[in-house]
Amino acid sequence: MTKFYRTASKYLAVFLVFASLGLQAQERTVTGKVTSSDDGSPIPGANILEIGTTNGAVTDGDGKFTLNVGANATLSISFIGYKTTQIVVGTQTNIDVVLVSDVTALQEVVVIGYGEVQKKDATGAVLAISNKDFNKGVLTSPQDLLVGKFAGVQITSAGGAPGAGSTIRVRGGSSLQASNDPLIVIDGFPVDNMPPTGAGSLAGVSNPLAALNPNDIETFTVLKDASATAIYGSRATGGVIIVTTKKGVSGKPQFSYNANVSVASPIKFVDVMNASQYRSLVNTLAQTGTSGIDAAAVAKLGTASTDWQKEIFRDAISHDHNLSASGSLKNMPYRVSYGYTDQQGILKTTGLQRHSLNINASPSFLNGDLKLDMSVKGSVTFNNFGEAGAVGNAVTFDPTQPIKDATAQEYGGYFSWLNKERNTDGTPKILNGTANPVAQLNQTNNQSTSNRLIASIKADYKLPFFPAVKLTVNAGIDRSVSDGFNRAPLTAAFANNNGVLVGRDNTYGGRNQSELLDIYANYLKQFGQHKIDFTAGYGWQHFYREAYSINKDQSRTVSNPSKSENYLVSFFGRLNYTFNGKYLLTATLRNDGSSRFAPANRWGLFPSVALAWRMKDESFLSKIDAISDLKLRAGYGETGQQDIGEYYPYLATYQVSDAQTQYQLGYNSDGSPRFYNTQRPNPYDPNIRWETTTTINVGLDFGLFDDKVTGSVEVFQRDTKDLLNNVRIPNGSNFSNFLTTNVGSMENQGVEVTLSTRAVTKKDFTLHVGANFTAINNKITKLNLTNDPNFIGNFTGGVGVATNIQNNQVGFPVRSFFPYQQVYNTAGKPIEGLFVDRSGDGGNVLGNDRNRFRYRRPEPDFLIGINSRGNYKKFDFSLSGRLSIGNYVYNNVESGRAFYNGVYDLGHFRNVPTSINDAQFTTQQLLSDYYIRNGSFFRMDNMSVGYSFDRVFVDRLKARLSLTVQNAFLVTNYKGIDPEIENGIDNNIYPRPRTFLLGVNFTF
Amino acid sequence: MIHISMKKQYFNRYSIGTLTLVVLMMSCVSDLDVKPIDPFVKSADKVYTTKDLYKEGLAKLYATFGLTGQRGPAGNQDVGGVDEGFSSFVRSLWYMQELTTDEAVWTYGNDANGTIFNLHFNTWLPSDGIPEALYARIANVAALSNEFIRVTAGKTDDPDFKNFQAEARFLRALAYFYGMDLYGRLPFLTEKDLPGSFFPPMIQRAALFDYIEKELKAIKPDMGAPRFEYGRADKAACAMLLAKLYLNAEVYIAQPKYTEALTELNEVIAAGYVLSPRYANLFRADNDKNNSEIIFAQAFDGARSQAYSMTQVMINGNAGNGGWAGLRTTSAFVGKFPVLTEARAIFATESKGQSLEIDAVNVSTQGYGVFKFRNITAAGVDAPNNSTGFPDTDYPMFRLADAYLMYAEAVLRGGAGGTRANALSYINAIRSRSADVIAGNAPGVITDSQMTLDFILDERARELYWEGHRRMDLIRFGKFTGGSYLWPWKGGIKNGTAIDDKYKIFPIPSSDLGTNPNLKQSDGY
Repeated sequence: MTKFYRTASKYLAVFLVFASLGLQAQERTVTGKVTSSDDGSPIPGANILEIGTTNGAVTDGDGKFTLNVGANATLSISFIGYKTTQIVVGTQTNIDVVLVSDVTALQEVVVIGYGEVQKKDATGAVLAISNKDFNKGVLTSPQDLLVGKFAGVQITSAGGAPGAGSTIRVRGGSSLQASNDPLIVIDGFPVDNMPPTGAGSLAGVSNPLAALNPNDIETFTVLKDASATAIYGSRATGGVIIVTTKKGVSGKPQFSYNANVSVASPIKFVDVMNASQYRSLVNTLAQTGTSGIDAAAVAKLGTASTDWQKEIFRDAISHDHNLSASGSLKNMPYRVSYGYTDQQGILKTTGLQRHSLNINASPSFLNGDLKLDMSVKGSVTFNNFGEAGAVGNAVTFDPTQPIKDATAQEYGGYFSWLNKERNTDGTPKILNGTANPVAQLNQTNNQSTSNRLIASIKADYKLPFFPAVKLTVNAGIDRSVSDGFNRAPLTAAFANNNGVLVGRDNTYGGRNQSELLDIYANYLKQFGQHKIDFTAGYGWQHFYREAYSINKDQSRTVSNPSKSENYLVSFFGRLNYTFNGKYLLTATLRNDGSSRFAPANRWGLFPSVALAWRMKDESFLSKIDAISDLKLRAGYGETGQQDIGEYYPYLATYQVSDAQTQYQLGYNSDGSPRFYNTQRPNPYDPNIRWETTTTINVGLDFGLFDDKVTGSVEVFQRDTKDLLNNVRIPNGSNFSNFLTTNVGSMENQGVEVTLSTRAVTKKDFTLHVGANFTAINNKITKLNLTNDPNFIGNFTGGVGVATNIQNNQVGFPVRSFFPYQQVYNTAGKPIEGLFVDRSGDGGNVLGNDRNRFRYRRPEPDFLIGINSRGNYKKFDFSLSGRLSIGNYVYNNVESGRAFYNGVYDLGHFRNVPTSINDAQFTTQQLLSDYYIRNGSFFRMDNMSVGYSFDRVFVDRLKARLSLTVQNAFLVTNYKGIDPEIENGIDNNIYPRPRTFLLGVNFTF
Repeated sequence: MIHISMKKQYFNRYSIGTLTLVVLMMSCVSDLDVKPIDPFVKSADKVYTTKDLYKEGLAKLYATFGLTGQRGPAGNQDVGGVDEGFSSFVRSLWYMQELTTDEAVWTYGNDANGTIFNLHFNTWLPSDGIPEALYARIANVAALSNEFIRVTAGKTDDPDFKNFQAEARFLRALAYFYGMDLYGRLPFLTEKDLPGSFFPPMIQRAALFDYIEKELKAIKPDMGAPRFEYGRADKAACAMLLAKLYLNAEVYIAQPKYTEALTELNEVIAAGYVLSPRYANLFRADNDKNNSEIIFAQAFDGARSQAYSMTQVMINGNAGNGGWAGLRTTSAFVGKFPVLTEARAIFATESKGQSLEIDAVNVSTQGYGVFKFRNITAAGVDAPNNSTGFPDTDYPMFRLADAYLMYAEAVLRGGAGGTRANALSYINAIRSRSADVIAGNAPGVITDSQMTLDFILDERARELYWEGHRRMDLIRFGKFTGGSYLWPWKGGIKNGTAIDDKYKIFPIPSSDLGTNPNLKQSDGY
């Protein structure tokens, strides 16, 4: 939006220059440069006006100006988004001006659903940041630009793989099984929230933002409370993130090129036994025969010393290039950008290459009454996924074995565990043993190509006979196509069934497409002290998904095609009413129709209302200088949810079996078995309907000391009822014991604080410090139809065969850990197999669910984001970090491996974490609370320094050089690799690397 | 004037535009009526259009006993809340009939939320995962059967449909039979109960006994002739189930029904099934073809019928063969064989790294492995689909040898309609099968004086082990609960200890008690 105002003010400035042409010659000339206090960058298009005259100038692309002034002149320097500054010229001939940004400047606008609003008029919990605040050095995942920037927005990446998706939660989750993802709106297009994995997902398309080149993004706006989001009705319960991309500005073409080269390295490995430690452990265990280790087993130990984790990781080199051109062809501002990224992953063989092209043009016609915004965003991504399973196997693989073994030619030369038995045809069998991780990486060829195209056209037409009314039509298409394969040769030992080498030749692909049509009208008019801003419209969106996978090996070909579609049709309206500039009212109403529900339940009505009071404008505050801004807001709204991953939950349907679940009845005439497909009625709920979330939000925006300190405090309460939930139902009452239906409710309360200070605003030195604080409490208040207090709840968080460490239960937070309580000896060591008999039932404590208890949750109690940026002379710097307190982690890496009976398993050796020496368990203790650890951490996500050159060889060419460290350091007591895990179960994900990034940026 | 005419023009243009928009919006609202486009999903009213499609509906009812969902080997599962493999009817049934006895031990104590050892230790609780899985599966079989009975209602002019209906009712009765045996009481539904959101009523054991008896008697005339089509239950299967109901009637309703049992067993024996000459062939990949002894089996195929079901687990999860080493047996059971050279004693012994005694249940090398079920053919070669990791081996539920032993038992328990001479000849027929190349000799014939009830119990163990009968047999012989018979780890003690009589039935799972207020927990739980 700043760009828009820069453009507008340029026009104004040009006008002023022309207006001044006729004036008489002035007495002397001053020159100067206008820069921003934020980062020292020049401000093009700033207005310089000699006060009391019409004499003025406008800064050029470098922020420079020249103006002839009279004697005793005072200059007023202004630019949208900055505080206007006055300077007495005196005898100066060169005047450099630093404009201080005015974040609460009245003119600042924020985008909201189907329109925009001046920030001073905003009534809901809305936060926006623009590119100057983004985290630096983000290559492929736009959501990383936002990490730690917003109170109430938690972004957890799925790991360190290139292009890995993230889980984004706005104010925590308010659904149990339906989607908790926020709605993402890219340049007015609400994109389909594809899940990163499972049904409806596409390989290589990790989330809706993945289509975008981070360099093309101009602003992110997060709508948090229902009064802001309810205009998006049924899709808004998870919050809304609105993304705008950079647009062209009028004037001479501007070119920008930036490039990065980076090195990413693994930070930490799981602390496992080295070869000699492992050998002595095995020999010790052999003395007691623990884990079935006898002399024959010991003889299987190798003589090598292999650090498997070192063998699979590497320092990954990546580079990234972006070229953009923007300008204006007559009345058509345009911007074209091309980006290329070649990113290696730290896990060997993994990586991605991406080309992206972003074109937009905004011509206007009919004297500006008709404006078009056309944009095409395309990207092609080549992914090499490698084999992420190697990460876990490298922890487990026997360190005494070599990578390669001359006798293992039939396995491509890779050491592999062999069976003592041979098949009937004489070929050796392979155990269901740990796969050689290096072989997994080198013999796997697992790649995909994904394309995404988002094309949209938006027309704004101001009715010439009724200029208060603007009609908007927004149409677009979002199309993702992905194709890939996952292959392994016949010599791959890990590609075996029952010990028979079968190779792997899997192919898959899919297409997700959505089409959008929004039509709405806006009426904006001021009547004396009353200002009315009314929007009403209609939206239609169609979602279509198809996918196929063909899993093929020497033994079989399994084909699984799928197709689905759904529609959303909506009518919506919003009224913004302002009285006297101080009292603000926003009311919205959305009526959503979803094809997922039966006609009688199909339509959901989602209202909201919000009030705001600009207290600073009242007489009792206007005199208090310390308070520069104060606004109180309160809002109420209802939003819905229908994204449950099922497309016909209300319809009676049958599921046909696939080719592997047929059933033999009799024989064909040739004597072969006759197989029949099977027809299964699916469970369904004809009465299924919307999940509804009600949010109450109270917020206070403030500015102190001339806005040196600004911030806001938000308090909210969210209640979700009729949870769309796949729940246990009475056995026999439907076609399964689980049914997706509306049952249950939960509540979230939270506090959010955002603070921002401009600590130093000197000419050569600026410093900006920001912080945000989030605390959210979550509780399930109803879970099934009976409300039976003895109902044990629904298990989740699988850590073994039908074994779960988490549980959802009334009165507790979602995904509360649900372990047995370990008993410790006086030395603090856990006593194996001894748990507290919390039920008092006696008997076996383990195996009696009544002895389990709810202990902690994966979500943090407090989340604090800090960020700072500033500049000193030509240097600039920024940093951004997060403190997470009270998030607990179940260490499944340890519980799954650190026990003596696991050392020798199924005839082969498995390495163990050195933490086996702490608890010294002989058998696996998966459900002990011993493994539930405090995962509080501080992570410095991003640190960056830069240096700007005003002139490189020629005047027009400017440059900035920067050095960035991503994931700079992590402070935590957690002993695993990384405690930041979305579901709280540490299962050895692809580790997040530390990345050093050298960047250069040229503009001309 | 000019202005007005311009405005008119605008209005005309605008109203046409408005009209277009309104039409567009209305047509788009009708988009909300979607029908499934997935090739694997059909609207219920579009499914049964041909007789073959009805047969596919019937095939599902059979598949609910062995397979677990509509995607193989796992995916789109029928029953939720549990590991999909455990939701296999025959697998959880096997676990509950075998792991609770001297015949089988499982290695991995963390499975099913750490509750799996409750089966070995005879300390199960309402919250245990495996009993919960079978309980849910039984209700699922009933619900799907009820639907099929509804959609085939009124089509009984066609003899094929008559069979279809009768088989659906048989399979529902079969599921209820195991439910009555294991849990005593159940949520009870018939074809009159449409799917929805309600609380099913509970039926008590005696009433369920009556219901099953009446159903089986009513449908027997409509069942197919013996062996009319492999995989389908015939008149003999129906009689066999009735015989099992009657043989155990003293347990279920405290009334002896041995005479009724013999009536049914005579029908089974007269149905033309004959003993397989080679014991081992009953449990191999081609056991659908190579014998005429199996009366009713759950069919599997390595390529076309895949699930983590019981033959898959017995073949891949066995100790001593390089698989997951989950399953072994106890020394008490091994001791039922006077000599291990007998053809039926198919064990993985010390030569495969297994020891006889079990000091710790969770050590996979302790206790002999059992190689009775194999995925090789009668000719001794790998099954054609062996490399899929899923066996072709079918799971026999009823076979003639079982009927012979039941006959002898019913005679010995005083039932009329059978003779000791016949009983002895049946037992000796079983014991005279030819030697097996893998394991050894035929056990040899016995005399009339050796034919005691205790002998029959042991002979049932030797003949029918790992086929899902043991718990039912031990209860009928009064040796399951109490201390009259101890086996290693009975009651959670290495040498075994007495257990309470309440363990003759399993509790109602707490998950269903928590969702259905019509249910009452069984005594003692």
